[in-house]
Amino acid sequence: MKALLKLTRLEVKIFVREPMGVIGTVGIPVAVFLITSRLLGPRIARAAIQSGSASTVLPVLASILMALSAISSLITIVSIYREGGILKRLRATPLSPTVILSAHVLVKLLFTVLTLVVMVLLGRRYIPPDAQVPLFSYGVALTFATWAILSIGFLIASIVPTARFAQPIAAVIMYPMVALSGLFYPIDALPQSLEWLARALPLGYAVSLLDGIWRGEGWIAHLGDVAALTLFFLVFTAISSRVFRWE
Amino acid sequence: MTPIIHVSGIRKAYGKTIAVDDVSFDVEEGEIFGLIGPNGAGKTTTMECVEGLRRPDRGTIAVLSLDPIRDARTLQQKVGVQLQQAHLQKRIKVREAVDLWASLYPRALDGDALLERLGLADKRQAWFMTLSGGQKQRLFIALALIHDPDVVLLDELTTGLDPQARRAIWELVREIRARGKTVLLTTHLMEEAERLCDRVAIVERGRVIDIGTPAGLVRRHCPQQTVVLDTSDDSAGRHFEAIPDVESVTWQDRRCTIRGRGADLVTHVIQCLAEHRIHVTSFKTELPNLEDVFLTLTGHSIRE
Repeated sequence: MKALLKLTRLEVKIFVREPMGVIGTVGIPVAVFLITSRLLGPRIARAAIQSGSASTVLPVLASILMALSAISSLITIVSIYREGGILKRLRATPLSPTVILSAHVLVKLLFTVLTLVVMVLLGRRYIPPDAQVPLFSYGVALTFATWAILSIGFLIASIVPTARFAQPIAAVIMYPMVALSGLFYPIDALPQSLEWLARALPLGYAVSLLDGIWRGEGWIAHLGDVAALTLFFLVFTAISSRVFRWE
Repeated sequence: MTPIIHVSGIRKAYGKTIAVDDVSFDVEEGEIFGLIGPNGAGKTTTMECVEGLRRPDRGTIAVLSLDPIRDARTLQQKVGVQLQQAHLQKRIKVREAVDLWASLYPRALDGDALLERLGLADKRQAWFMTLSGGQKQRLFIALALIHDPDVVLLDELTTGLDPQARRAIWELVREIRARGKTVLLTTHLMEEAERLCDRVAIVERGRVIDIGTPAGLVRRHCPQQTVVLDTSDDSAGRHFEAIPDVESVTWQDRRCTIRGRGADLVTHVIQCLAEHRIHVTSFKTELPNLEDVFLTLTGHSIRE
């Protein structure tokens, strides 16, 4: 635990030393958010109160994309560490793969939360006062969902051989997951086989949770999603610590 | 006395490539032991088996009487490792790396004092990516020593360094030995082996060909010595031929080449020069080294 905190703190420091990384992770999403908010914000928020379903797609899609970009950068950084021989050097120490991956997950999560907070603080004035979006709950839900689906990143990061493979593999796995997440077509309306597949992937539960919280449905109604996401996290983490490749 | 490192009959293949065929050696307490041989001879694979990073297909390894894989947790506290071609995060500071490593072990040396000793004191705040090759290697030595291990494993420690940095690193390794540690290292540099190692094992195509002290191996496999001198004394040749260990005396103009066996050849030639008051204008010896031993044993140069 001490090693995890130490490594996480160190990785945060190392991360902020690379200006492009910080701009890409925090700056660009915030900028895009502010620009689109300025153009569309009030309309979307108003629509959220008035008509319900269709209007939640945009915020939830944005959130999911944020989580996916965290996954893809997790995979990239771990494969860079592997290719560069950094993991090999860490292997000859008492650090376990779980600690190393967890430190990177915590770093990604931290910056996701940071991005979110900055967005909310800067974007508050674009949201009309009558919009009843539970922002704090939504932030917690997004952090939780990101943490849970980062475990897919864990698993992919454990096995992709090189950084060059990392991005395409991540894309091949992630984009179909988005398609089956229920964001565009309700999962219930999918053909039977695809529905099963969708239910075996974590993204559907994440979307259902985020969508519900955004509408103000409350956590109790989504305990099932929370349980499913936790289960995914445990299973993926357990598998990846077994198949983890150091070099 | 039980050896500190005991390697017996290990073999390791990757698919059809046999990296290590049959390697056995013992490393005794307090010595610097070198695995020497060309690139691809199986040195690093052997080293990685000793480090517990690879499991040999057969054979046994004991480090401090423990199994490198089964007892990895215990051994990590007692063994310091420097890996071939390792890297750290580009933007990690020297001081941060040493602190992180120190925090991973229950017992650790003072990081600042260690960096001071390794000549990295003024690089404490420098990013890893800004260090020179020699500085990186010294940092890796610091990381290998931070938990004050009894055994230190060094893989191709000075590859890619300039001669000056190389000498500085050799001095550091001798210091490690002076502190009572046992060192196992690999190198393809014969000079490094000769100057640094108490004993070496010559590795070729995954097998150990011979083990001994550098001087002992030279005596055993390349006993011939050569003296080349310039003289205009016409009677000199007669006197040289009378020296006990001499096998041949050849002339090329005024240049005389004396070949013979045994460690005393050079002394005998010098005594002969003094005794007969032979005037020479140049004198040099050509003594065989590990490079020649390697050539004799394998039929090819280590550089090929």
